Amino acid sequence: MTVIVSAENLTVSYDDFLALDTVSIDVEPGESFGLVGESGSGKSTLLRAIAGLSPVTSGRIALDGKPLDVRYRDKAFYRQVQMVFQDPYGSLHPRQTVDRLLQEPLAIHGVADSERRILRALDEVGLGASFRFRYSHQLSGGQRQRIAIARALIIEPQIMLLDEPTSALDASVQAEVLNLLEQVRRDRKLTYIMVSHDLGVVTHMCERLAVMKNGKVVERLSSADLVAGRLSEDYTKNLMVASKGFVRANAV
Amino acid sequence: MSTMLTVDDLRVSFPTRTGLIEAVRGVSFTLGRERLGIVGESGSGKSQTGRAIMGLTPAHAKVSASKLNFDGIDLLTAPAKVRRSLRGSRIAMILQDPKYSLNPVMSIGRQIVETLRTHENVGKREARDRAIAMLEAVQIRDAGRVYDLHPHEVSGGMGQRAMIAMMLIAGPELLVADEPTSALDVTVQLEVLGILDKLVSERGMGLIFISHDLRLVSSFCDRVIVMYAGKIVEELAASDLGNAKHPYTQGLLNCMPTLGTNRHPLPVLDRQPEWAL
Repeated sequence: MTVIVSAENLTVSYDDFLALDTVSIDVEPGESFGLVGESGSGKSTLLRAIAGLSPVTSGRIALDGKPLDVRYRDKAFYRQVQMVFQDPYGSLHPRQTVDRLLQEPLAIHGVADSERRILRALDEVGLGASFRFRYSHQLSGGQRQRIAIARALIIEPQIMLLDEPTSALDASVQAEVLNLLEQVRRDRKLTYIMVSHDLGVVTHMCERLAVMKNGKVVERLSSADLVAGRLSEDYTKNLMVASKGFVRANAV
Repeated sequence: MSTMLTVDDLRVSFPTRTGLIEAVRGVSFTLGRERLGIVGESGSGKSQTGRAIMGLTPAHAKVSASKLNFDGIDLLTAPAKVRRSLRGSRIAMILQDPKYSLNPVMSIGRQIVETLRTHENVGKREARDRAIAMLEAVQIRDAGRVYDLHPHEVSGGMGQRAMIAMMLIAGPELLVADEPTSALDVTVQLEVLGILDKLVSERGMGLIFISHDLRLVSSFCDRVIVMYAGKIVEELAASDLGNAKHPYTQGLLNCMPTLGTNRHPLPVLDRQPEWAL
């Protein structure tokens, strides 16, 4: 098995609180790996630790077999790994136009031909050149999330870290963004690590997933196992029940 | 079933620099002591409909209706004082995100007591006891401790329960719940909905449940109104959802990824301009 991202015994602690407790995951190149769990289970912390945004206390992270410094990531790392955040209302600079937002990663990485790349990125996320000089407040939630995806894609990373990319969006817009993510993954042969609390979304997008609870991985399984109900943990079963929706207690 | 709320041809519009934006364009429905769901995507006018009933439309917006009647009171012509006395005591509203809708510098208990003492003449001690009883009713363990906590010290699910407690303490007859669980985790969502379900049926309230999640609404409500671009495109009984006729309703039903269905890509809404006419 080839592994592109591996985390080994990763621990993140805030004072006495263990947000992440000796967690290990291996992600293969080209796969889409899901992390599920309720809030506070450490799924976002794990993703942020991989991105270098959480203070890792101990453990090892390796990219393409090469161990990374857990405290410092160089530019080359971010050239390969990009992240899309949960809330498109918070992750785009309110006083910058879409053009400026997309210039930023190009300027940081010293990429030439920004003109062509910006147009291509906008086109790829289905927005088109007419959106180039708008501000983020002039866009809807779904359009903003597309810009966030374009910003991550513009420097052509191999790995995308997706932190609940659709939970701030409407059901109908969620479907559009999920389709977009699937399509770019197919076109560019990307690797995804995706966090979500919605089992429906995760099984739709990912082949394998890890279920997290209280900072630990409690179960690892494939989406096919999950759909078939081959689960060993009660916690996962509860998540399954929850994802099926509300049932009225005294239904008449 | 007696009618509690009558809404006829409700319109809400916002004057802007680029012209009049019509958020709600002629919405009509009646409500008894039942559960009505209003579904639509963002911008469909569902929240503005709820806010107009509450009287929380921003001052610069124009609200008109041929009838907006709550239990014999004409809400459009009622003076501000009457509306204030209705709001919170007879009509209450649960907002989406407890992080933003609770007062951050006031303890949860004091906020609940504030609602109660605004509308009822009760002593401090009794108010405190009733607030704690209400917190217990929304299944908060150790209600006495939570009473003294501030909103930032509790989780989202607990905050939303406190919000429900606050809204129900004065015993409203009509509850408007605007996306009450969208900001919560799936597992917590179920708990909060279970609590809401129990309290609404025990107290016999009328409920307007606003959400973008059609499946959730239909499992919770008796009747569902589907809104698009400020208008009602379809109204149907929740049990009748499978027979939805409008393509927009069908699209909303089909666009969610669910366990066990393998659809790549997911069907998306193909918005037709004539829906908005």
